Amino acid sequence: MSNRKWLALLLVLGLVLAACGGDGGESTTTEADAAPGTTEAAPDEGTTTTEGGDTGTTTAPADSTGYTELDQALAGEFEGTTVDVWAQWLPESVEEANFIATLAPFTEQTGIEVNFQATPDYETALQVAVDGGNAPDLAQIAQPGKMHQYADAGALVALDFFNSEKLEAEMVPAFYDLGHYNDTLYGIYYKSDVKSIVWYPVQAFADNGYEAPTTWDELVALSDQIVADGNGNPWCISIESQEADGWVATDWMEDILLRTAPEEIYNQWITHEIPFNHPEVLEAADYMSDIWFAEDYAYGGNTYINATWIGETQDPMFAEGGPQCWMQKQAAWIGGFWGENRDFIAENPEAPQSEWPNVPGEDVDFFYFPMIEEEFGTPVLGAADMFVMFEDRPEVRALLEWLATPEAAEGWIAAGGFLSPLNTVPAEWYTYPNDGLSEMVLNATTVGFDASDLMPAEVGVGSFWSGMVDWVAANGDGTEEVFQSIEDSWPG
Amino acid sequence: MNRAVQATTSNERWASITRAVVVSVITVAALWLGLQFLSQDTVLEGLPPNASKLVQALIAIVLGVAGIWALFYAGNTMLESFPAKVRDALRPYLFVLPAVAVVGLYLIYPTVGTIVTSVTDVPEGESFFYNYADAFTDPEVLLNLRNNTIWLLIAPAASVFIGLGFAALVDRIRLESLAKSFVFMPLAISFVGAAVIWQFVYAWKPPGQPQIGTLNAFWVGAGEILVGMGILTEIEPIPWLQVIPVNTLALIAIMVWLQVGFAMVVLSAAIKGVPTEMTEAARIDGASERQIFFKITIPSIRGALLVVYTTIAIAVLKVFDLIYVTTGGNLDTSVVAVRMYQEMFRFRNFGAATTMAVILLVAVIPIMIINIRSLRRQGIGA
Repeated sequence: MSNRKWLALLLVLGLVLAACGGDGGESTTTEADAAPGTTEAAPDEGTTTTEGGDTGTTTAPADSTGYTELDQALAGEFEGTTVDVWAQWLPESVEEANFIATLAPFTEQTGIEVNFQATPDYETALQVAVDGGNAPDLAQIAQPGKMHQYADAGALVALDFFNSEKLEAEMVPAFYDLGHYNDTLYGIYYKSDVKSIVWYPVQAFADNGYEAPTTWDELVALSDQIVADGNGNPWCISIESQEADGWVATDWMEDILLRTAPEEIYNQWITHEIPFNHPEVLEAADYMSDIWFAEDYAYGGNTYINATWIGETQDPMFAEGGPQCWMQKQAAWIGGFWGENRDFIAENPEAPQSEWPNVPGEDVDFFYFPMIEEEFGTPVLGAADMFVMFEDRPEVRALLEWLATPEAAEGWIAAGGFLSPLNTVPAEWYTYPNDGLSEMVLNATTVGFDASDLMPAEVGVGSFWSGMVDWVAANGDGTEEVFQSIEDSWPG
Repeated sequence: MNRAVQATTSNERWASITRAVVVSVITVAALWLGLQFLSQDTVLEGLPPNASKLVQALIAIVLGVAGIWALFYAGNTMLESFPAKVRDALRPYLFVLPAVAVVGLYLIYPTVGTIVTSVTDVPEGESFFYNYADAFTDPEVLLNLRNNTIWLLIAPAASVFIGLGFAALVDRIRLESLAKSFVFMPLAISFVGAAVIWQFVYAWKPPGQPQIGTLNAFWVGAGEILVGMGILTEIEPIPWLQVIPVNTLALIAIMVWLQVGFAMVVLSAAIKGVPTEMTEAARIDGASERQIFFKITIPSIRGALLVVYTTIAIAVLKVFDLIYVTTGGNLDTSVVAVRMYQEMFRFRNFGAATTMAVILLVAVIPIMIINIRSLRRQGIGA
């Protein structure tokens, strides 16, 4: 009896020792990683690149990419290592599939395995992982404010190793600057989005003789025309988005403010050098109110706006017997949710856009959310995703550097729904609608980064969102009170 | 082990001491190494990452189970080397130690930490009570507290009332257990699951479109019949989760739906525990069923009523998921727990978040005391 107990104890001990043995094995690999390799590109590297020929050999780096660790990786020095990457592109979404496909050439060329994980409730999950010391090697972040928080907490790796001269020359300046915090580079922008567009049903517009407006007055006139013609409501608007209700409204506010106030006002509004309820901001709110809360303008009225999920906002546009609402301001991703597209894509995630039931560019097209005051030109409201680094290993550096090259964007650009912040991406790579969007960015007098993403979280993902929901619930009444309460919630 | 064994010769005593030392050293060393290994986030060589995680999890389980056993064994071996008197005096404490340690580590330490953070995580130069002063002057927090009060006033009372009514009504019918299991079933559903289900119940579609929400389907369906009869001129679907204050009441209804089953089961058992002699004697004395229910049954199950009421009250004070999933706390539906989550995970204000946690804790404590006391009186949790 007693003997048996001793045996059990020994078994536990043995298990533990065996486990420790596995641990010891790990350190050998680290040594191998650290083994000095030739920094010059090996001659056989050329063959590797040609193998991945379908990823655009014309722009493929000849000898050096300009990035040290990436060169080493392409020379196969980090083969067999693994990099963990997290991003908020939802599991089994088109975005996830595109990103994974985009990463394939990197693994092919370097032998570095990329372990990608898409997490629902992403921001919380990442925060918990970082707090718990289990942060991934690389993580995507949408809000610069979050990057600032992580940097302040000392969780991020400062990207001092990055060839920043090269990066500065190749990236749209606004995005290059936004990757910095306290004069240190922390984030590499990878993907951008233009939000200043309005979608409309092409055929129905033509049938009724409507034309895409180019000025605010034309936009209002067209809206009145649609109401007068008895064609339902001109606008499809809704803001219900699970725990993020209200962000669609904040986008509208920002897009309008960029058009009715100087850029300095917009930036001071973000940094709270002017109060949140500054007269210029209230003026922008009035413009927004003229569309959102005008009689018969928004489909289903303010109740529809608050009660309808953002993926279903535009459903009445695709109603049998013609559109019940005609215009929707939303970024390009919304195409996947039009009418039957939603169900179709769920069943055929691989299908190209041309096979979708409602083809972007043919059935539905977009126009630029028009300018309001001529002196402020044609600004663009954007958002973007950056990657930040939590673990400093050579193979992680290599992947981050690769993500700053056009090759890392090519696969996703081809799949659609991707706009690179790099000016080195050849214009001809883009297809609809990103050819138009990329042009919009080039023609923009100002690129405004999503203000709510830059404000402190208490406002940007707190009171600004909930204030908009309250404002909608009151059908646009009490504008001053709503903006005053958001101002009051500003921390500090 | 055999208590009667006495270490009579010094030889035996030395043997037992040596054994105790060896066993303890091995146990502690093995556990230490194991925890060291597990605390490193390494990937086991030659295994794909997922398999490696699985192996690590298995090791953790084995280490946990075997570790507890080994600790008890080592402790007990050590005790054996003590004189009989000391041994018997110490043994209970040895066995209760791990439980106390776990409660201390996972309950008391975080609680104390939370309280400390709530008074120390304040802007520089501010007093210890800055967060509390801030909380009780913030109109948002006051609104949350008001909502918590509304929940506390309605949800437990409604759950107990309906549960009691149901328990009394089905008490002597033939299909009692079947009827009861229907009411009981929601108890098996998580709060998040319930929230998702009820979002469909409360769904709103614009007038003229098919109402996919159960409640609006009934509402509009019934309304259309009335319109057809000329009693009403028009019927509009109601956005149940958007209209203040209907939305809070609609959310409370979900809570009641979830908790009625619990109330019914406990109260039903209590009713069955009322001695039949008493009710029969009352019946012979000519008491009506109503009199029996209010004058005999209710007073007899008062203890159970209190336990059920306070248990649900505690759950209601902590309510979070139902609100977070359905309205996100918008449109005046937020409560203290939702606020706490937002401060913690969205705004990263640890001071404000822990202050919310402490407010909740203070609010729960008196209810918990009543709850535990009446449980003891019932002889359930003694």
